[in-house]
Amino acid sequence: MKSIIVKNVSKKYKQAQALDNISVVVEKGEIFGLIGPDGAGKTSLMRILSTLILPTSGEAYLEGLNCARDYKKIRKIIGYMPGKFSLYHDLSVEENLNFFASVFGTTVRENYDLVKLIYAQIEPFKKRRAGKLSGGMKQKLALSCALIHYPKVLILDEPTTGVDAVSRKEFWQILKTLKERGITILVSTPYMDEAELCDRVGLIQGGKMMSVNLPSEIIKEFHHELFALTSENNYRLMKHLKERTNPHDVQIFGQNIHLINRKAKLSIEVLKQDLINNGFPNISISKIQPGIEDCFIELMRGTSD
Amino acid sequence: MKAFIQFLKKEFYHIFRDPRSLMILFAMPLVQLLLFGTVIKTEINDAEIAIWDKSRDISTQKLTNKILSSGYFKLAKIIQSEPEIDTEFRKGKIKLIIVFDYNFDKRLTNEGKASVQIIADASDPNNATILVNYVESIINDFLRVKNDMNIGLQPQMRMFYNEEMKSVYMFVPGLMAIILMLISAMMTSISLTKESELGSMEILLVSPLRPAQIILGKVLPYALLAFLDAIVIIRMGKNIFGVPIIGSRLLLFLETLFFIITALSLGIFISTITNSQLVAMMISAVALILPTILLSGFIFPIDNMPWILQFLSNIVPAKWFLIAIKNIMLKGLGLVVIWKETLVLLIMTVVLLVASIRRFKIRLE
Repeated sequence: MKSIIVKNVSKKYKQAQALDNISVVVEKGEIFGLIGPDGAGKTSLMRILSTLILPTSGEAYLEGLNCARDYKKIRKIIGYMPGKFSLYHDLSVEENLNFFASVFGTTVRENYDLVKLIYAQIEPFKKRRAGKLSGGMKQKLALSCALIHYPKVLILDEPTTGVDAVSRKEFWQILKTLKERGITILVSTPYMDEAELCDRVGLIQGGKMMSVNLPSEIIKEFHHELFALTSENNYRLMKHLKERTNPHDVQIFGQNIHLINRKAKLSIEVLKQDLINNGFPNISISKIQPGIEDCFIELMRGTSD
Repeated sequence: MKAFIQFLKKEFYHIFRDPRSLMILFAMPLVQLLLFGTVIKTEINDAEIAIWDKSRDISTQKLTNKILSSGYFKLAKIIQSEPEIDTEFRKGKIKLIIVFDYNFDKRLTNEGKASVQIIADASDPNNATILVNYVESIINDFLRVKNDMNIGLQPQMRMFYNEEMKSVYMFVPGLMAIILMLISAMMTSISLTKESELGSMEILLVSPLRPAQIILGKVLPYALLAFLDAIVIIRMGKNIFGVPIIGSRLLLFLETLFFIITALSLGIFISTITNSQLVAMMISAVALILPTILLSGFIFPIDNMPWILQFLSNIVPAKWFLIAIKNIMLKGLGLVVIWKETLVLLIMTVVLLVASIRRFKIRLE
């Protein structure tokens, strides 16, 4: 069963091409991640599916309903959580939830079962004004409000941006349980590490869908060897490597520098000896499995070259 | 329907939790009414004057008494010499000085004319003119009584509908127009654009609520509060300042309600033009509040304006509202007379509402 069908959708604003001929299908009860940097077109695609904007060309369907024509019906069955916190700051947690429940023609009690898991965490603060909540709690409240009418499809625009690591982890846990209820979840994120938590991901860049696949398959598409290097002066090491190899193949990842060994030109031993000779006595090099981020950067390079 | 009631409830929470909204809604009308009603006045009460009586006879004494007992003037100083005139004016308290010439009574009885000089502080020209006119009319009156005869034509002036020329009669209707404009148009346009600015409009749009429900839910609380303010202003005007309501109260309230709806549709229209609270406020202030003060005939008579402003005043809703409610309150006239003004307001409302509905977006763009 298909929940979301996007067919050749393009969206052009006055000056920018936000979406360029995108097609994608999301299965029912799937967590589908839209991964991409800022300005990639994630929000535009989500807004088209939420009936908030119209595509310039192409068609989008949600649960068999046309996003442009049947917007009234779609608005009854989706839960949408916009990128920026958009509940009412001057209303308390409880009042916000009650308000959105009644707007969707339901009550908190009726679907309490569904939101319980999330709401239980913020319930101790139910008298507090929404504007005074922390980032993570705000997102949980917003999710509760988007869920209160038991939507068939949940569209979440960067729900974990600006949220601490623990809350992010909890948030994804919640999404997993919602999926078990049969809710289709379309979620966007700029964090690559979250991609692995999705059932399938679409990598989006410059308005183009570059790859749609299982997170594990995307990693399999990475055909090169990958080294992780670390020394006491990573900055100098990075500079050195960029001079020595193709600068695009060198990326810094936290404590490590990742080097793509394109066409297996190098061997660890030779590289290590070379670097020791060049003033990196404590260099450590190991071969690693690529992460989704490596794949994404590689894919991005593919489009820009 | 339940959703709509919740929506109203939410809107009242917004209003009652925002100190600034509360100030504008409840404190400002009262303060403005008291300010306009007591401080800003065009009529004269107890203006301080000085008298230099060189003659000191029975006629000057009688005339002085008559002037002082008029209630308009208060004797602050008796002066004795020429230089004192200048020093007293410079002190700034005394607004007018009356100088009776020598042998006032004698010359008046024998020659039928005598000299009295009225010197006014014209640094406030309006006030000076009014004071001089008052003194003149008192002196004329004195002469008529004294001579006990009619000297040719004596005009008898009466100011109908506001016999005592009380400025508060003008201010109460004018103030109502301003306050209603402020609350109904400015506050609603701000509150509607606030939803767009904060992003909550996105969620409201992606909900089964109809656009009409969203607008009505945002607007109705302000309409109610504006009407409440109007009633308070009318009652305070009557009880504190004695502004009469000669005509039908029902008609007065209906006309007020009507003006509120016109102002609300203006507010809705503004919110369809912009998505920014600040812009909405600026448009309301410049395009609505200022014309309501300047072009409605509230402070400056429309008949004295250049033709272009007179022409422009026709599109100011407050102008028509003021004509209508003054006719009801002060003249006691009915719908038979003010149907034209009511019709103008009705047409304005319909045009604005249709334009707003056509412009209201069911999507974000």
